[in-house]
Amino acid sequence: MEASPPPFFKRGPSPAFRLGVFAMLSIVLMVLDARMRYLEPMRQAISVVLYPLQQLAAAPGALAARVADYFTTQESLQADKARLENQALAQAASLRELETLRRENMELRGLLDAKRRIEQRSVMAEVLYGARDPFTRKFIIDKGLGAELQAGAAVLDGEGVIGQITRVYPFVSEVTQITDKNQAVPVQNVRSGLRAIVFGNGKDGTLDLRFMPVNADIQVGDTLVTSGIDGIYPAGLPVARVIDIERNAALAFARITCAPLGGIDRRGHVLVLTTQRELPERPVEASEPAKRKKAKRGAS
Amino acid sequence: MTSLARPQEILLPVTTGLIAVSVLAALLVNLVPLPLGVLRMRPDFCALMLIYWGIHQPRRVGFTVAFLLGLAIDLVDASLFGQHALIYVALLFAAITVHRRVLNFGLLGQSLHILPLLLAGEVIAIALRLLAGDEAPGPAHFAGALVGAALWIPLSLLLRLPRLPKASSDRV
Repeated sequence: MEASPPPFFKRGPSPAFRLGVFAMLSIVLMVLDARMRYLEPMRQAISVVLYPLQQLAAAPGALAARVADYFTTQESLQADKARLENQALAQAASLRELETLRRENMELRGLLDAKRRIEQRSVMAEVLYGARDPFTRKFIIDKGLGAELQAGAAVLDGEGVIGQITRVYPFVSEVTQITDKNQAVPVQNVRSGLRAIVFGNGKDGTLDLRFMPVNADIQVGDTLVTSGIDGIYPAGLPVARVIDIERNAALAFARITCAPLGGIDRRGHVLVLTTQRELPERPVEASEPAKRKKAKRGAS
Repeated sequence: MTSLARPQEILLPVTTGLIAVSVLAALLVNLVPLPLGVLRMRPDFCALMLIYWGIHQPRRVGFTVAFLLGLAIDLVDASLFGQHALIYVALLFAAITVHRRVLNFGLLGQSLHILPLLLAGEVIAIALRLLAGDEAPGPAHFAGALVGAALWIPLSLLLRLPRLPKASSDRV
């Protein structure tokens, strides 16, 4: 190391020193956030400060969209109206059937003395933007703590499940899509009733049905719906369709690829479902032997 | 050496207001919601602006600003909390380190110096995310850095405008 002459001017710590301090600080933040989730209050605070700026940045785009909406042609409005009327008619019949089924179901459950499913609360939300981070598949919706959303709520659109709320800020929420590498959804095959778990692929917007034996009863074109055993996604929501099966006898599991049914990369409105299912109490017996041991030790 | 022969132009001193407004503007541009395909190709204007001021005014823009700006972008981009903070601080340090050399070049030469900085930023991001257990994205991920380096030229011209000397009164 060369001895440098004392500086003429006071300049505070050198850039290298500052770099070191801030690099350490950010690494500590990353570890705390990724591993322990201690930083939620800090995130909330920054989110509140940023919100007006985000609104300001989004204003020109929103204005343009509104102007475009205003100048929607008569023709397309008429077409939309006709399509929606047809759809309403088609759905009316199945809705009436559903009502009957629901009543019947309630009576049966009453007979069986089963717990009634808690009514779900649903909130409409608008997709603000897809997150820029290329490593994950997330998007931001315009409802947050203000609309009493909670992390863990299922998010779906007209076709099926899109994802799950993973972070709630005061005014917005972060939704992780089911195609994210770290997302898993318990599903059931509609045709065969087979239960499985579908994992996000993370790369090309498909889903993997993992850990299925080579001879599992699954065919291309099968529809997978949520099985509801996780307590997060209500049962029976469409999730994906099987598009490719690779059965290789050399491998323990078949390689099954599915395409999500929900409009994952389309923008628009989504529905947030918050289910509060009454889960059985956490068993307490598990900890008792340990206590007894301790007590014995204390006595001896 | 052609670069030394080039006459140095004399500009008005940079005011703190100009730095603040430009950094805020970069943050605002970063916040504009765009379709995802465009968003992933978009350069990181905050990083570009920090490098600009790190090169032109190495003592005026602080590491704290870079750090806080990074935290804000982490929140908006839904990336790892602290990822952009680390990248911005590192980029600012790199810009301060090379500022004497870079300013001897013309705008094109400067933008060729900026490119490796921006690419290094993306490499840091990938390294961090691989450590965190995510999968690396494809080579399209680096498109933003290329666009950012190309934008260096218009950005430099734009930020020179407020510093052009006004027509002096003693010329008449």
